[in-house]
This record gives sequence, C-alpha cells and structure tokens, in this order.
Amino acid sequence: MTTNPQPLLKVDGVTKRYGATLALNSVHFDLYAGEIHALMGENGAGKSTLMKILAGNEHRDAGRILLDGQEIEIRSPQEARAHGIAIIHQELNTVPTMTVAENLALGREPKGQFGVLDRRAMTRAAREKLQRIGSQIDPRRPLGDLTVGLQQMVEIARAISEEARILVLDEPTAALSRGEAVSLYRILNEMRSAGVGLIYISHRMEEVWDLADRVTVLRDGTYVDTKQKSDIRPPDVVRMMVGRSVDDLYHHEQRTPGEVVLDVRDLSGAEVGPASLQVRGGEVVCLAGLIGSGRTELARLIFGADKSESGEVLINGAAANSASPRAGIAAGIAMVPESRKEQALFLEHTVEDNIAISSLDRHSRLGVLDRPGIRQSVKKGMERLRLRLNAAQLPVSALSGGNQQKAALARWLMRESEVLILDEPTRGVDIGAKSEIYQLINELASRGKAILVVSSDLPEAIGISDRILVMRAGRVVAEMAADSATEEDVMFHATGTAATDNEGSR
Amino acid sequence: MTENTQSDRAATPVATEDHDRQPFDFARWWDRVGILAVLLILVVLMIIIAPNFASIDNILNIARSISVTAILAAGMTFVILTAGIDLSVGSIVAVSGVASVLVALNGVPAPFAILLGVLAGAAAGAINGFFVAYMSLAAFIVTLATMIFHRGLAYTMTGGVPVVDNALNFRDFGNGYVLGIPVPVIVMVVVYVVGWFVLERTRYGRHVYAVGGNPEAARLAGVNVKGVLLSVYVIAGACSGLAGVIFSARVVSAQPTAGTGYELTAIAAVVLGGTSLMGGRGRIIGTLIGSVILGVLTTGLILMNVPFFTQLLIQGIVIILAVSIDSLKQRPLRLRRSVRRRGDVGGQPITTS
Repeated sequence: MTTNPQPLLKVDGVTKRYGATLALNSVHFDLYAGEIHALMGENGAGKSTLMKILAGNEHRDAGRILLDGQEIEIRSPQEARAHGIAIIHQELNTVPTMTVAENLALGREPKGQFGVLDRRAMTRAAREKLQRIGSQIDPRRPLGDLTVGLQQMVEIARAISEEARILVLDEPTAALSRGEAVSLYRILNEMRSAGVGLIYISHRMEEVWDLADRVTVLRDGTYVDTKQKSDIRPPDVVRMMVGRSVDDLYHHEQRTPGEVVLDVRDLSGAEVGPASLQVRGGEVVCLAGLIGSGRTELARLIFGADKSESGEVLINGAAANSASPRAGIAAGIAMVPESRKEQALFLEHTVEDNIAISSLDRHSRLGVLDRPGIRQSVKKGMERLRLRLNAAQLPVSALSGGNQQKAALARWLMRESEVLILDEPTRGVDIGAKSEIYQLINELASRGKAILVVSSDLPEAIGISDRILVMRAGRVVAEMAADSATEEDVMFHATGTAATDNEGSR
Repeated sequence: MTENTQSDRAATPVATEDHDRQPFDFARWWDRVGILAVLLILVVLMIIIAPNFASIDNILNIARSISVTAILAAGMTFVILTAGIDLSVGSIVAVSGVASVLVALNGVPAPFAILLGVLAGAAAGAINGFFVAYMSLAAFIVTLATMIFHRGLAYTMTGGVPVVDNALNFRDFGNGYVLGIPVPVIVMVVVYVVGWFVLERTRYGRHVYAVGGNPEAARLAGVNVKGVLLSVYVIAGACSGLAGVIFSARVVSAQPTAGTGYELTAIAAVVLGGTSLMGGRGRIIGTLIGSVILGVLTTGLILMNVPFFTQLLIQGIVIILAVSIDSLKQRPLRLRRSVRRRGDVGGQPITTS
C-alpha cells in the first residue's frame, strides 16, 4: 500500500473555524489507493468536519487538498463526486418511499423516447450495480422496506457505480446487525483490493482493528498522529484519542453504594426483555451493548416512555406505575433521552422554560406559577452545571450541543429525581462539557442518587460506572464490576462471542 | 469567570452567544411592538381620512363589532399554539347560538341559556379534541368535518330558517351596556385577561406551549400531551359557544347561518398577532391586536364608503403584508443563528430551527 509514493489524497494543513471555535487546526491526512485508513477521535474531535470538507459541504479556511498530487477545490457535493469522492453518511441520504432502482438512478434517470422514464432500463442498470457488490436485493422494492444494512448496501452500490476512487464511511456499522456488518466488511475488503482508497470513521475499536491498515487520530480539532496498525495496540489509540489519563476525565470516585433504589423485575416490552436489574443509591450502572441490543428500549420502558408488556419497576421497594413518563416522573425517575433535539428540548423556548418544564408542579399553587421561585431554582441548576446565567432567557437552540445537553440535565437536577436514566449523555458533546457531565454524574451518585447510563462509548462506560450490564438481543447477558472490566470483555458479551465459543482466552 | 481550564473551554461557545444578545432583544422588542406599530399607523391613517373615526362612540362600536371574532380568536390561539387548527369554530357559533335561543324561548332563564350555549360549544370542542388527541387524526380534517356537521346541525335545529323572537330573555347580553360600555366588549376583555393569565402565569399555559414546541419532548418531560390537546379544543369550543350566544343576542334570533367564515377571520387575527402556525410560539395579546386591526380596517373602510368588494381586496392585502413583515424581521436573525450553530457558511437552505 505505502509502496506507492504518491498518495491518492492528501490533506495538508487544513483549518476550519466556526465562529470562535477552531474545529480543525492545521490537520494532515493522507490516503493511498488500496488502503483502509481509519480516522479516529472522540466526538467533537473534528472527524465529521474533515469529512464535510471532503464531501464539499463545508469549505476549508486554510490549507490544501491534493488529489494525485494536484491541488483541488471541493466547493460542492457535485464537485466532490466529480473528483471521485463518495461519502456514506451516518444518516442515509436516500429516499425511503422510492424503489431501490429509483434511488440508484436518482438525478440521472435513463430517459427513453420523448423524455419518458425508461423504467425497465433503470431496473436493469440497478441490478447490475447491485451485482457488482454481490448483492441480490430486488431493485423494484421500495427502499424503506429494506433493513438499514441493506439500505447502506444500496448506497455503496451507488458510490461504486459512480466510479468512486475514494470512499468515506462515517460510522457505517452503527445501525447494522452483526451479519450485515460482516458482509459490509467483505465488500470493503474487495474494494480495497480493487484499489479504492477507503476512509473509515468508527468508534468501535475491534472493527477498526479488523479492517484498517493505518490509523489517524484527531483530538479537539488537531492532528495527533498516524500509525501503521502493526506498530500499535488499541490502548495506544485510546490514549492518543483522550490525550490524558482516562481516570482524570471520568472523575470516578470511590463510593459505597446504599440500598437498592431502582429495582426492575422481568420487565419486557415489544422488543426487549424480560430484563431485570438493580441500581443502588450512590451507584452508577452502565448499560452497554451494541446499537439495537435493546438498551434504549429498556431505559424507555423503565421510565414509562414506552408501555411495558409485563414485569414491574420498584422504587425504594414501592411499585412504580411506569405506564407513562408522567407516572415515572411522579415515582422519582428521570430520563434524559437519546436525542436531545427531538426528544428533550423545546428549541425555540428559552433555556429557563426548558429547564423548568418538569418541575412546574413543585413551583405552583393551584396551577398558578411561582415565577420568582422558578427563576431561583433554574439559576441554581445552571450554576451547578456552569451554564452562563445570562443564557437563561435565550432560546435553547442558541446554545452549543454540550450546553444544550447540560440544559437537558439541569431539568432533572431541578426536579431532584431519585433515579436518573441517561441515554448517551455525552453524544455529540465537546470534551469540556463531557468532563463536566461526568463530574455531575459522579457528584449526583455521591449524593445518593441511583444512576443508570446507556453508553456506546466503552471507555466512558468503564470509566464512569461502578457496574456494567451488557445487553444483547433485548436481554441483560452479563454483569461485571467496572474496575475489573475491559473493553474486550464487554465486547465479547455484547457480540455474543463469549457465550458461543466460551474461550475466555484473554 | 474564575474557573479552571475545563470550563473555560465550555464557556467559549457561550461567550459567542453574548454577541447575539443585542440583536435578539431587538427581535423580541419587535415581537411585542411590531404588530402594535402596524395598528397605530392604521389608526392614524383612519383619523386623517375619516374625521369621526376617533369618537368614543365609534371606538366602542368597533370594539363591539370585533367582540365575536375576537373571542373566537382567543380560543383559536390556544389551539394554534399546540400547532393545531380549528375550522369548526364558525359552525359552533351557529349551533350554540341556536341552542341557547331555543332553550330560552322555551322558558329557560337567561343565565342558564347563556351557560348552556357555552357548554354546547365546549362539548363540540371536546369532540374535535377527542379525535385530534386520542385518535391522532389531523386537526385540519377533523375540524373540517365537524365544521360541515355542525352547520348541518344548526340548520336541522332551526328547520333551516332563522328563529326570531323579540322577547329573547338574554338580548341584553349582546345589546346592553354596563357603565356605558357594551356588554360584548366587557365579555371580550374578560376572555382576554383570563386567557392571558392562563397562558402566561399557569402551569397549564406552559404545558400548552411545550406541547406546541415539541410534543415528544413534552411527553418525556411529564406533560399530559393528550390531555392538553383535548383541552385546547374544549377551550376553543367554549369560546365559540360564548361568541355564539353573544351573536344570537345581538341579532335577537337563532341564525343557522351565523358565524359563516368566522373561523378564517379568527385564524387571520391569530396569525396577524404573531403566533406561529407551527406551534409553541406566540402571545394572546398579539391576537387581540390582530383582531383590532381587522376591525379597524373594516370599520374604517366602511366609514370611507369603500365598496364591499374592494374592502375584501384590501383586507387580503393587509393580512399578507403584516405576516410578511413579521417573517422578514425574523429571517435574518434566524439565519445568523443557525449559521453559527451549524457553521454553515456556504449555505444549504436552512431547514428547521
């Protein structure tokens, strides 16, 4: 791979600024034909920004991009495509109501006589494109009927049909089943052999280790290093990504857990369970597992966001009626959902309104609001989370992702809930806010709250929690103490490797 | 701020928000005053053009003439704040007006006849609310259907002809005065004061805004979303019922055609007043101002002897103009905000905020 002296793509000192934030600071990156180059880093490290620049969605402020040694400009997605750069986004860019063939032909539909769409030619072309990646998907099916994995195959087929020389994959396995992921790996390996340069963005270390030839790490918008995979081991990459000792980041303190506060017994819903778990006061328990393993679904059942089919939830030994979020909240459970913009926040409303919404019953008499009291409580919550107080009357949409997440958390600080369920609390959050959120979790646990965290970020899961519960296929399959757990242990159980071949050879 | 380096980093994005404070406050100022400015300009124009416009009599006349649609618009504000719409309010005016007149003519005392009209409206609203909240049907379709249904009901109840009786016991509810002020105007003011208090000062009011702002987030924050949805249609229905009773009292009869097209006037008043049809944003005071603008315009044009057809042309233009100004003043700000947030300078179109 590196025998070829000329890189296919070279990113040289690229800088990108958003207002006062330096998203990319003179970043270097090169890609050879026929290699898979993993790009790693925490959320907010600048991976996505770099990808947006390569995709033509953003323009760099400084630096150069060279293709085959020639400096190029990428001003739009069309130009990126013309240069042979194809991007498979985290969120798919397809039209679910149209058929596979229509999606593959999107923007370049074959026209027959009189400009009438030639459906037959379109289907034939689609079948050929799919066969190139060894896929047997029927091109006449509506895309939305396919699983996410198959939809992704369609996207890859499209990229290949456009003769892409560079394929960028942003967290491609995030929503895939194990089997789908395996067939994706096969296709990627074939593309590598065919001389395509692949940039692979992923948080999953074992995946990167399976696939990549080289690894480049970014941290807080700066370039850290590029290594041949053969020269390093996963912990080296983690250290490069975090840039400091992990313990410092997670603020984990020793605590003695108290009584069981949250007791979930054989809870089951449409896609999960039956699952049982307990969280003690002063304890942080993390639900780990792959996407789709039922962690979010279980969290939502406990809170009452979705209806459970059987089982029960007890808070301090008393049955909590988890029939609705309202009932959950009344029983002392709080949940910060997975996606803050869609599920947690009222974007156009003020930060104050966003924080106060769940505590209005405590700050009103006969339904009439005690506005000074509300203002006072909101202020306290904001201070604890280091949110600037003059932001209280701003619409929450004006805050950064990290501060929005803090506002979502502040809502439950104000409520003083006994049990806190945090679903991916640090997703899309910059590292500064992340550290503060960890500190808050730690502080709340020290004050006796029972905390259940859903996290896909394994170092985070191990770093902040006392215990880890691993879920697979809707059930809790393993439990381990966080201080002795390793990422590999968790991954073994999450993927089912441990259960099937039971080697434990680590 | 004397904090460690970690929080300094987190503080950076907040610091940039400070720059936004000035222009943002300007927009809020516009939100409050913008539509009022339109009203003032309109009034000044009217005073210049129509000399007797500023007389107390004329002002009270305008107030009385807008009272029915303004009360409808107050209820409509609740519905639109939840991102809903109620097309049936005009027909509910007819049904509840007819109902109250018919019972009054059968010997029911005035206060009970009035109350019955309001309750009939609330019940009609509850039907709308049930289908919107619990059957998850689109408000537009549900209320379109009930608009047709209730109009039919009003015709059925009267046999298709107006029921006129000068002995109607609650005729003063539409034609009387208290301390020189027409009763409908007093009722209208009470409705707006109560509406303002409920929306701004009660827990329920905040829940209405929350449901309109983001229903899923509201549910997960513990708001009874379905209950709120049901309730806003009941409120709109009750307001329609009240408006219907006033209308019947004004014309001293049960009119099956009463309130035809009023739903559109009410919606226009709400939107003129700056409430977003997307829900979650707006103020009931704006709705009152919107109603007054429409009333001033109509009366002014009549005073100027503008033919009825031309009046409609002008009303349409004014509504479009006022709403355009409203969205223009918001656009640069929203653009600026999302540019910074998304860092999107090259600019695809801004989608949702």
